[in-house]
Amino acid sequence: MSFAAAPAVVRLPVWRARFVLVIFLAGFAVLVARSVYLQAMKTQFLQEKGEARFSRVLEVPATRGRVLDRNGEALAVSTPVKSIWVIPADVEAGGEAKKKLSRLLGIDTRELAKKLAETDRDFVYLKRQVSPDTADKVDALGIPGVYEQREYRRYYPAGEVTAHLIGFTGVDDTGQEGIELAYQSTLGGTPGSRRVIKDRLGRIVEDVGSIRAGQDGKDLTLSIDSKIQSLAYSALKDAVAADRAKAGAIVALDVRTGEVLALANVPSYNPNNRSRLTGAQLRNRALTDSFEPGSTLKPFTIALALELGRVTPSTRLQTDGGRYSLGGYTIHDAHKDGVLTVAQVIQVSSNVGAAKIALELPRQRMWEMFNRAGFGTPPQLGFPGESGGKLRPWKSWRPIEQATMAYGHGIAVSLMQLAHAYTIFARDGELVPLTLLRASGPVQGEQVISAHTAREVRKMLELAVEPGGTGPRARIMGWTVAGKTGTAHKQQDGGYAPDKYISSFVGFAPASAPRILIAVMIDEPDARRDYYGGLVAAPVFAQVMQGTLRMLNVPNDAPLEPLEMPGKGDEAKEGT
Amino acid sequence: MAKLNLLLLLVLVVCALGLVTSQHRARKLFSELEHEEGRARQLDVEYGQLQLEASTWGLHSRVEKIARDTLKMHVPDPRRVVVVTRPAGAAR
Repeated sequence: MSFAAAPAVVRLPVWRARFVLVIFLAGFAVLVARSVYLQAMKTQFLQEKGEARFSRVLEVPATRGRVLDRNGEALAVSTPVKSIWVIPADVEAGGEAKKKLSRLLGIDTRELAKKLAETDRDFVYLKRQVSPDTADKVDALGIPGVYEQREYRRYYPAGEVTAHLIGFTGVDDTGQEGIELAYQSTLGGTPGSRRVIKDRLGRIVEDVGSIRAGQDGKDLTLSIDSKIQSLAYSALKDAVAADRAKAGAIVALDVRTGEVLALANVPSYNPNNRSRLTGAQLRNRALTDSFEPGSTLKPFTIALALELGRVTPSTRLQTDGGRYSLGGYTIHDAHKDGVLTVAQVIQVSSNVGAAKIALELPRQRMWEMFNRAGFGTPPQLGFPGESGGKLRPWKSWRPIEQATMAYGHGIAVSLMQLAHAYTIFARDGELVPLTLLRASGPVQGEQVISAHTAREVRKMLELAVEPGGTGPRARIMGWTVAGKTGTAHKQQDGGYAPDKYISSFVGFAPASAPRILIAVMIDEPDARRDYYGGLVAAPVFAQVMQGTLRMLNVPNDAPLEPLEMPGKGDEAKEGT
Repeated sequence: MAKLNLLLLLVLVVCALGLVTSQHRARKLFSELEHEEGRARQLDVEYGQLQLEASTWGLHSRVEKIARDTLKMHVPDPRRVVVVTRPAGAAR
């Protein structure tokens, strides 16, 4: 490269070429510097910006688990619904569109206008949990500024029948009562989120990775049999209505597995529509309310006396015509008897007899008996608000209190505790642990009394439902039954109300090999009519027990002959 | 040497094209998978709704009412029912 071949050409000054070279070099230097700056210093920022153009974070919603009964029938199911919300400042709607919107959502036009006037807020719910159909219609109106949000709503197909047991969830799909609350951690899912790449058309083309792994709630299978539950609820409801009672509760247990087959309360409510709820409707009486059980506690006193060898079933006692004075109090019987055997004390439910036997027993042993039967401690079903009842320490017992406790006064238990405790007699002395979840098979319990004593008490409980006992109306055709009635005065203002009663019946069948245990409690049956446990609670027991044994195909253990029911007022009446 | 380079260049181009196509196919398949998963979720929701409907129609009180009132059915007299016990060890 030489300019010498062109001598005619004027030789330019060297600095001009140099100048151009420097300009070019400087230009390159700037470019290099810029690329270094972008590549090395701002990479992260630029990558983020780039990703933001195609990658999206998606929420992965979690569904709440279903609650099923033991046969897989749905008792609580979540299904998606839509919530309608607006950005008030963005809403552009004429009068006609607003009118349509208010009609679709069922809200007043004035209320709608008020909500739309809150222009300083960015998020206002117009209506939560509308059906997907309604939401689609709202969408079709095409009003700007109106948005939908997907939510879940819980439905309870069995409604009031299982209301107390299942409970309900709040608007944000978390449990607030019953099983829904107790098993929130199992049923509730955790929503997750993941990062994906979307293409021009909004289709997801690549899963970059999950940010938070979500998890759906798990289904829960309960021990409840919805057929038995339905039968128990309707029988109880009819009885409470017929006796003009304030309330009632019923519990059915499987004696062999400790499973709760049915648990119902009256009054109930519809969990799908909870707009007008009262506290009385919400109470799960069978678990959260304790009451003085009355005579249904006598078998425990007798069992202890038998266990300690103080009496035998044929030991004779003088009941002094049904009056017994002790420390300034008089214990009454509802009937006048003279000498009774221990078995007859249970059969005719003599308070005097039970009190006399109790006074022969050491206080501490009696307390231990009650305590080991589960009184004073909650049954640990994991249910919110389970009552443990009231059992005072034995050191503070006075003789009169020990005597009244023998027939179930001065001690308070919940219906579930009472049913639980009776598994001792139904299972040869074992107290079986209870469960609300389906169990796989028979379970072992804690031995509280000897099998021999349990069988002897069982025989007495069979006598109590024979004609001549207090509960003949608890008998059913085809199966033998054992059980005990209870009629207790209600506590009121530190004393006992003369005309308010709690009637109860606890029993099991078939008596030869117990399978099912049912406890019934009727709160304040009309005192001007029948209020004895044998007249009010026992028929409910019989109705539910018969249906249950039939449904479970339990073989008959008694002849199939029509039962002769005693005439009105003929049966023995228990004093408490 | 130049020939080898040319060959390598050709291989490289083919590989690059292969990568692009397979990536595209992967994305297409993934989008299909995503679509099907969405459908599965939708069906699951529908299943829940149908289950709800089945439970509502099959309410025991409703079934009993229809059986008694419309179909005039009644519970058989226990004396006419024979309970057959399964011999021990027999299959269910």
